Amino acid sequence: MTGAALSDAAALREEAWRVAGAVVDPEIPVLSIADLGVLRDVTISDGRVEVVITPTYSGCPAMNMIALEIELALDKAGLGPVSVKTVLSPAWTTDFMSEDGRRKLRDYGIAPPAKTAGRRALFGVEVVECPQCGSSDTVEIAPFGSTSCKSLWQCRACREPFDYFKCH
Amino acid sequence: MATTSITVCETPLVRYLLRRADDALILGHRLSEWCGHAPTMEEEMALANMGLDLIGQARSLYTYAAEVEGEGHCEDDFAYLRGERSYGNLLLVEQPNGDFARTMARQLVYSAFIHPYWRALMASPDATLSAIAAKAEKESAYHVRHCAEWLIRLGDGTRESHARAQAAVDHLWPFTGELFEADADEKGLVAEGVVPDPESLRGAWMQTVSAVLAEATLALPPNGWMQKGGREGRHSEHLGPLLTELQYLQRTFPGATW
Repeated sequence: MTGAALSDAAALREEAWRVAGAVVDPEIPVLSIADLGVLRDVTISDGRVEVVITPTYSGCPAMNMIALEIELALDKAGLGPVSVKTVLSPAWTTDFMSEDGRRKLRDYGIAPPAKTAGRRALFGVEVVECPQCGSSDTVEIAPFGSTSCKSLWQCRACREPFDYFKCH
Repeated sequence: MATTSITVCETPLVRYLLRRADDALILGHRLSEWCGHAPTMEEEMALANMGLDLIGQARSLYTYAAEVEGEGHCEDDFAYLRGERSYGNLLLVEQPNGDFARTMARQLVYSAFIHPYWRALMASPDATLSAIAAKAEKESAYHVRHCAEWLIRLGDGTRESHARAQAAVDHLWPFTGELFEADADEKGLVAEGVVPDPESLRGAWMQTVSAVLAEATLALPPNGWMQKGGREGRHSEHLGPLLTELQYLQRTFPGATW
């Protein structure tokens, strides 16, 4: 490969990464797949773009839609046709979520996942801060929420109910 | 119109993957039957979420089985185009939902086994198996916790809920022996260090189950005669009707897609 072709490929990869990374999670539209850590890699071979993503939860129904959105976004940006590949290893964890992503979640009213310092106990109690008022005096109402990744909580201080992005 | 079932090229690893996938699919399907019938809105979501986790795990395992088999099958072929005798799931997971106590008891005895099982499988040198296990392990931890809470509430609740919870545990107990079975194929994989020996999880399983039952003021059933046959495709009368519903669309409209 010549120097010019190499830099072309590098520029194409960078642009494809930017476009693909801006695709949002259809269930939490404030988070992009780059924020979530779902976007794992972008490769270029023979001028063709391949985007590599990893699922959050085994049964996350948003994955098919995310793959479709990536194809559409890259096609619209004139970078298509592309292929989207799903990899399982290394397994996604909420630790892949960027700091920016955590802040966006909190601003949106969803408590971001705790950083997994060590493993949680099977029957342990989690401390979750209210995304509205910041109080730690909160209680879990239901361990399974409106999507696989969330549980439902309530703040005892400000009385607001809120979603918690479960630590995974 | 007849749709032919597929013939699976069964290597030990393919057989192993299909059995674990069948467990997850059938139990996930059973949980999905609660949709619209759960006692409260929160429980409706919980049952659907757990079902979704299980079906997701099944999809990953079937997809990997297709890759290992290399005969051009896909996840859907395994789910929709195999007959009852080709399914190798545990008899436990195909048992009907019954009342809410029975569903929770079934989920607890399964999850209390599969959670430490996935954790052990994470150490597999097979990177795909290890990655599937890493995800499933976290999901199943929620299932154990949720079902344990319910069983404790039901057992240590009213006279009626206690009686029903005890009846559920007693009824399902003979189906728990199969959790620890491994046939010659699986033992081969165990010997190669690819998968954990299910028998090695008996201690962890018993510890969780007995602790939950004790807190629920429920009696641990005596270790008696155990049902078996699911792994060899000899099922109870309940799997056939379940598959009839699960496979209806593909059997009626072969090749139908979204």
